Amino acid sequence: MMRLRLRRRDLVCQQAVELVTDYLEDALSGADRRRYEAHLAGCPHCTEYLAQMRKTIELTGGLTPEDLTTQMQDDFIALYRQWRGDHPTD
Amino acid sequence: MGQDTDAELLAALRGGDERAFVTLVRRHHTTMLRLASSFVPSAAVAEEVVQDTWVGVLRGIGGFEGRSSFRTWLFRILVNRAKTAGARERRTIAVGDTAAVSDTEAAVAASRFAGRGGWLSPPERWIEEAEDRVDAGKLADFIRTAVAGLPDRQRQVVVLRDVEGLTSEEVCGVLEISESNQRVLLHRGRSRLRQAIETGYGRPS
Repeated sequence: MMRLRLRRRDLVCQQAVELVTDYLEDALSGADRRRYEAHLAGCPHCTEYLAQMRKTIELTGGLTPEDLTTQMQDDFIALYRQWRGDHPTD
Repeated sequence: MGQDTDAELLAALRGGDERAFVTLVRRHHTTMLRLASSFVPSAAVAEEVVQDTWVGVLRGIGGFEGRSSFRTWLFRILVNRAKTAGARERRTIAVGDTAAVSDTEAAVAASRFAGRGGWLSPPERWIEEAEDRVDAGKLADFIRTAVAGLPDRQRQVVVLRDVEGLTSEEVCGVLEISESNQRVLLHRGRSRLRQAIETGYGRPS
């Protein structure tokens, strides 16, 4: 159902939303890419949808690492010192 | 020190600089925990896997030749250990990673389209909201929770690709999955995140 064959020349929206990642990954054939872009040109909703997928990727990419607790930091320092003890000089 | 590259930190820690080690751990800890927890049943086991991975890194550091990036090497070790721990904890993990990923999950619920495939209930708008009106910290928490809620395999790919910024090739190498499975999992994961944000912040256009 999802990987609807692109038999017809024109895409419908339900097909277009399944192509977004392949489009962004540059994994569409030239013909499918042109069909997708032609669909976007005439469909504000799918254009908005693509923009939202891009924004989603940007927001996910903006997540920053959480900091270590003091306890964890101490545990890792202990782990490192133990290793240093076993490997006194390089 | 926070700005140093992994390679610089690695050189420093080899030379005995424990701050370099902690900086390196801090930098990768969140992603390692997220990854580990997608293979094992509890947060406690995930933390053990992460610690265990760093022990393995220190022991194996002489063997790291820098042909792959340090991150990729690190995550490979982590995934191997997490899989072993997951199996030990008798949690079923996906076997046969080369098999095609199920293709039956829609990016957008079928009920939102009319019979001929056009939008019945078009995407609600939220981009402006996310950029201007929502508290950035709150939105980040929301996204973090949504990522944590993804199915395991989707979460693995999304964390490595979109949070960590690895290339698709690197992700395939770390998770030992095919290029096409990687893309399907990424698509499902990203689609779910988009939907979650729409549900949380969307306004009918």
